[in-house]
Amino acid sequence: MRTRPYPLADLEDIPGTTVFTAIRSREAYHLHKFCMSLMDAANRDAFRADERAYLNRYRMNEEQKQAVLGRDFNRLIDLGGNIYFLVKLSNTDGWSVQKAVGSMTGMTADEYAAMMRAGGRSPEGQRSIREDN
Amino acid sequence: MARITAGIATSHVPAIGAAIDHGKTQEPYWKPVFDGYDWVKVWETQEKPDVVILCYNDHASALMLDVVPTFALGCAEEYAPADEGWGARPVPIVYGHVELAAHLAEQLVLDDFDLTLMNHMDVDHGLTVPLSLMFGQVDAWPVKVIPLAVNVTQFPTPSGNRCWMLGEAIAHAVESFPEDLNVQIWGTGGMSHQLQGPRAGLINPEFDNAFLDGLIDDTDDLRKITRLEYLRESGSEGIELIMWLIMRAALGKDVEQLQRFYHVPASNTAVGHIVLKPRASEKAAEAA
Repeated sequence: MRTRPYPLADLEDIPGTTVFTAIRSREAYHLHKFCMSLMDAANRDAFRADERAYLNRYRMNEEQKQAVLGRDFNRLIDLGGNIYFLVKLSNTDGWSVQKAVGSMTGMTADEYAAMMRAGGRSPEGQRSIREDN
Repeated sequence: MARITAGIATSHVPAIGAAIDHGKTQEPYWKPVFDGYDWVKVWETQEKPDVVILCYNDHASALMLDVVPTFALGCAEEYAPADEGWGARPVPIVYGHVELAAHLAEQLVLDDFDLTLMNHMDVDHGLTVPLSLMFGQVDAWPVKVIPLAVNVTQFPTPSGNRCWMLGEAIAHAVESFPEDLNVQIWGTGGMSHQLQGPRAGLINPEFDNAFLDGLIDDTDDLRKITRLEYLRESGSEGIELIMWLIMRAALGKDVEQLQRFYHVPASNTAVGHIVLKPRASEKAAEAA
């Protein structure tokens, strides 16, 4: 076995964080294909006109479709998604990136914005689940 | 001969682009951010670079779905601003430098970097926001741009050390290009930020400022930062900082800091900006 600087399992040890890997990229391929389709104004219009029908054009699983309809970004990340694809959806909704990102924290948009203005979330206690630091 | 005359690093937050495009730069939230770039805008009008090698990451606009290149070098005549879901930014077309890009493509692969070459792509905020910050709102960008897109999204990204080695190879490739060109290299993205999950909003000013310090006199330490350490300390998107190492390595051993700026926040992100020049003394020593 070749040596690595740390066991890759450590990637799962960061609190509140999902590392986007090749297997997750594959899991979300059709979800991401949908997201990137929203880079076209005509597609955005078609999606807005009938979200469910538009989603059915893509080979996403039902959980992914439900999470899109619910704008549940944490769930979309659980289902393989990556934020750079997912913001195509929130941009289509006219959300700021901050609103999309803040929606994953359990805070209201105002609370999250206030936390950022006050300097953001401290890394203290947020580095490692195992080490609790 | 072409020569790298300066390196610039900056964050490339999309909301900064939106603030420029919507005339909000003087609002109380944004003014402190844009004030940090007043100096470089004036300086660039004096420096008049011919070409910028612009290290950035594509945010799932042209890459990352069907193709996930570790390093993708733009070889085209021109690049259109991408529509990221709200319409394309109202900024000029970005023009490439085909001959220098082709030379880089050749030399870097000869130096064992397995590049992906892009003969067509749109460029997103990762590339156009830095151009706006350095040159303001213009009818045409005053430089040609060679985009170098780095995968910082899908694990494993290239290591910081690999980025460093690529920067060194870029410096050699530029030096061997016969045309007399004033070339800058920019590293963009960062600083600390996390855009996902319950830990979103993470900002680590201690890490960021140590990184800025290290660019001047502790680059060996910066090269050793692991992917895991970036993720833990600077947030899942803070790993964009590896692109700053490409820029820094291309400047050679010793640099002079001309400008440094740090501000929290712009949207979800800690904004960092630094302007570096290779130290002339080292160049002279090499020539001797």
